[in-house]
Amino acid sequence: MLRWLGVVTKFTALTALVLIAFGTAQAEEFSLSQDCPPSFQKVEGICAFRSLYQLYPSLENQGVGGLKTGLPPIREGFSPQQIDLGRYLFFDPLLSGDGTVACASCHDPDKGFSDGRARSVGISGVPVKRSAPTLWNVGFLKRLFWDARADSLEAQMEGPLYDANEMGTTKEALLAALNNQEIYRELFAEAFGRSVTGDITLEEIYLAIAGFETSLISLNSRYDYYAHGQANALSDEEIEGLNVFRSFVARCAECHTPPLFTNQQIAVIGTPEPEEAPRDIGAEGPTQDPTLKGGFKVPSLRNVALTAPYMHSGRFETLEEVGDFYTKGRGHAVPDGEELYLHWHIWEPQLRPEEIKSVAAFLQTLTDESMKPKTPDAVPSGLSVGGGALD
Amino acid sequence: MERHLKWIVPVGTAALGLLFGALIFGGGGSDPHEEVMVAANPLFSGGAGGSLGSTAATGTRHEVHNGESIQAAVTAASAGDVIAVYPGTYHETVYIDKSSITMTGVIREGKYPTLDGEKKLNDAFLYSGDNITIENFKIINYKGNGVMGQAGNNFVIRNNLIHDAGVYGIFPEFGKNGLVEHNVLSGIEDAAIYIGMSDNVDVRHNKVYDSVAGIEIENSRHALVEGNYAYNNTGGILVFITPGLPIKTTYDVIVRNNFVLNNNHENFGAPGSIVSGIPAGTGMLIMAADDVVIENNIIAGNDNAGLIVTDISSVTNVASDPESEPNPDRVRILENVMFSNGNNPIGELKALMLTQLETKGPDIVDTGAGSDKCVMNGARYRSFGLGSYRVCRADEFSTASIVSMTLSEPAEPFVIAADTQEGYERIVGERAYYGVCTGCHAYGVRLIGPPITEIQAIYEDNPEALADYIADPVKVRENFPEMPPQDYLSEETRLAVAKYILTTTNTDKR
Repeated sequence: MLRWLGVVTKFTALTALVLIAFGTAQAEEFSLSQDCPPSFQKVEGICAFRSLYQLYPSLENQGVGGLKTGLPPIREGFSPQQIDLGRYLFFDPLLSGDGTVACASCHDPDKGFSDGRARSVGISGVPVKRSAPTLWNVGFLKRLFWDARADSLEAQMEGPLYDANEMGTTKEALLAALNNQEIYRELFAEAFGRSVTGDITLEEIYLAIAGFETSLISLNSRYDYYAHGQANALSDEEIEGLNVFRSFVARCAECHTPPLFTNQQIAVIGTPEPEEAPRDIGAEGPTQDPTLKGGFKVPSLRNVALTAPYMHSGRFETLEEVGDFYTKGRGHAVPDGEELYLHWHIWEPQLRPEEIKSVAAFLQTLTDESMKPKTPDAVPSGLSVGGGALD
Repeated sequence: MERHLKWIVPVGTAALGLLFGALIFGGGGSDPHEEVMVAANPLFSGGAGGSLGSTAATGTRHEVHNGESIQAAVTAASAGDVIAVYPGTYHETVYIDKSSITMTGVIREGKYPTLDGEKKLNDAFLYSGDNITIENFKIINYKGNGVMGQAGNNFVIRNNLIHDAGVYGIFPEFGKNGLVEHNVLSGIEDAAIYIGMSDNVDVRHNKVYDSVAGIEIENSRHALVEGNYAYNNTGGILVFITPGLPIKTTYDVIVRNNFVLNNNHENFGAPGSIVSGIPAGTGMLIMAADDVVIENNIIAGNDNAGLIVTDISSVTNVASDPESEPNPDRVRILENVMFSNGNNPIGELKALMLTQLETKGPDIVDTGAGSDKCVMNGARYRSFGLGSYRVCRADEFSTASIVSMTLSEPAEPFVIAADTQEGYERIVGERAYYGVCTGCHAYGVRLIGPPITEIQAIYEDNPEALADYIADPVKVRENFPEMPPQDYLSEETRLAVAKYILTTTNTDKR
């Protein structure tokens, strides 16, 4: 029986080549897991999220607060089969226009579900506008993209799928590619409990990928041990970093608020753009609100140590550089004459180098990959897993 | 101390929550607790909702004397303990990441225990636990805050002297059910007392002066601001919504029996801060907040205006937030005494008054947004913009029966609905099992560790032994990685998850 982290495929490189050549993949070689991913309990066939954080309340149920504060609501309601199908889709470059780019190409599980690049590179080879955000804990987020323009995972994935520089496919091409593969027809039929004669729909594709994305839970870091009550889970320097992080001098926690380390708001902080690049207007674009010029969604800092470089265009290589940015003061990187409605917490904290170092040390304690999903050994299309970009 | 779950029948639900809360995540006190009685603070009248001020101070009393470390005492303390700090000067940031701790300064011959940040340290007190009391301290020369809470319910912050402690003097954030009283604060560059994103808070009998803002109730609900003396601040008492915060409302606020006098201090707020836009001479400001009752205050000598009621557009230096409802609705201005306000209006208000051929500012000005507002005896005030107000009837909005906005029972630290100890334990075990263990273990198959079925076969009906193993695993299987210790879970949580593991059948039902 195939299980979540132990999915075995009978695939070999040779059979993959044969399958590409003849297009006769066998569905039974890709069984969908009957079990929910870690941190989910199967209840009447549906995966229900479970966490120690569900023991704690949160004010006005907003999922922001301190150490023992509950989480915001998570998107859930997916079956194990849907989630596992989403996993295959996530790693399958069949979803791109030319079969070279998968979701995982820019959201690599081994790179914090980001890609290590300042700005991501997709099908065209041209760096796109912004960096790839991590997908850890993405199921809790109300708004997606750096500029917060999508309010659901489904709306989000339509961005990269159909962007000419990212995955470069079309709705028609995507449906044709999947419907032309018998194996996917069978897997979708199983995941959605319908006849194999039915066509795969965009709604099903989006739902399965969304299901997989919501399963990416990282809430068991050393910080969490501390939060649950183990005083010695953090070193003295890390606790010092926590205290600077939440102090009203550094004010990090005012926006990067536990337990997710984001308050999910838009903030204008005035980071410098890459050399020679114009100001990225950020949330002003979708909102048409000039006061949100240069505003971006506050990113979660869970697993932040894995996702350098930082900021929307990857301008900073290290967490220490990020700390330097904040301590250099309000508006120091905003060109003369440019008006931005900088967030009120952007001020003159004058952090000492050792304070920045301790905050960086604290942020390392937010790393937890204990529930990282398994990268499939092969994907149903027979194409290269993750588009070949994965190490 | 060995702690055992005890099922005590005649206890109310709230008390149960506290009891189990302390048991499940109570942390690691290992010494038997000396029973002590803590004398009630004579300044604490007990007139609040009844759930505060006697915060389970039943444990050990730790004494801290000059030259010793307050933090060391906090680190050594367990839930229920009292930390008595004696007069002296302490240069520390004290953080309290545990619950039910009473920090009490011992004041002798007028000498306080003084926390002096020397303008080098960030915050004096940081707390995140529930049932924290901080009282009788003098706090000076910090850069961040005097007392800052991040979450932490049932807090009591009282009888402290806080001067030049940085950005905020007292700032509970994300807290429910709290009392801030009898504090004296001055020289604060933002708000002396800032109730931010909190619920059910009383701010009573404090003296706030020489600060940019005296008392702020921001993005908070169910607050009583009573009997305070706010003078010579830039703005005296502010009740408002700041856009762009995750909790977006302010409503159900009573501002009653306060003295709001001569708040004409030059604005020395940091550039870009919300309060940097407050005009000097503002007695009281209601911005975008709803259901605010202003009653029986004496508001006088504020050179810009006694009371400004306005919408969120008054904040001009902040990005907008479409999720923040911008208008002040249902503001009730009951009996108040206002005089000598508006002697030197500035900025927009000055321009507005000039359009009325007035050089003085008003007692009350409303910029026009919002609905269903009323004023009692409006003719006694010099006012502008109250045309849409109706007359408040005396019987309609009487607050006489409301003595406190705090809760009658403490806010609970856990949100588990269970009728029995077994039910409670099962939920804890289930959360811990799926939330933690399933990264490595599945029911009938090996992942990283052995399957649950094998664990059940080994431990059968001995959850205590399994709980011990979870805390301190040893390698027993070839070809399996060694399990990391899960000793960050409390003893009770480990037992709960062990019981869950040994009884789960992985059936697909609940």
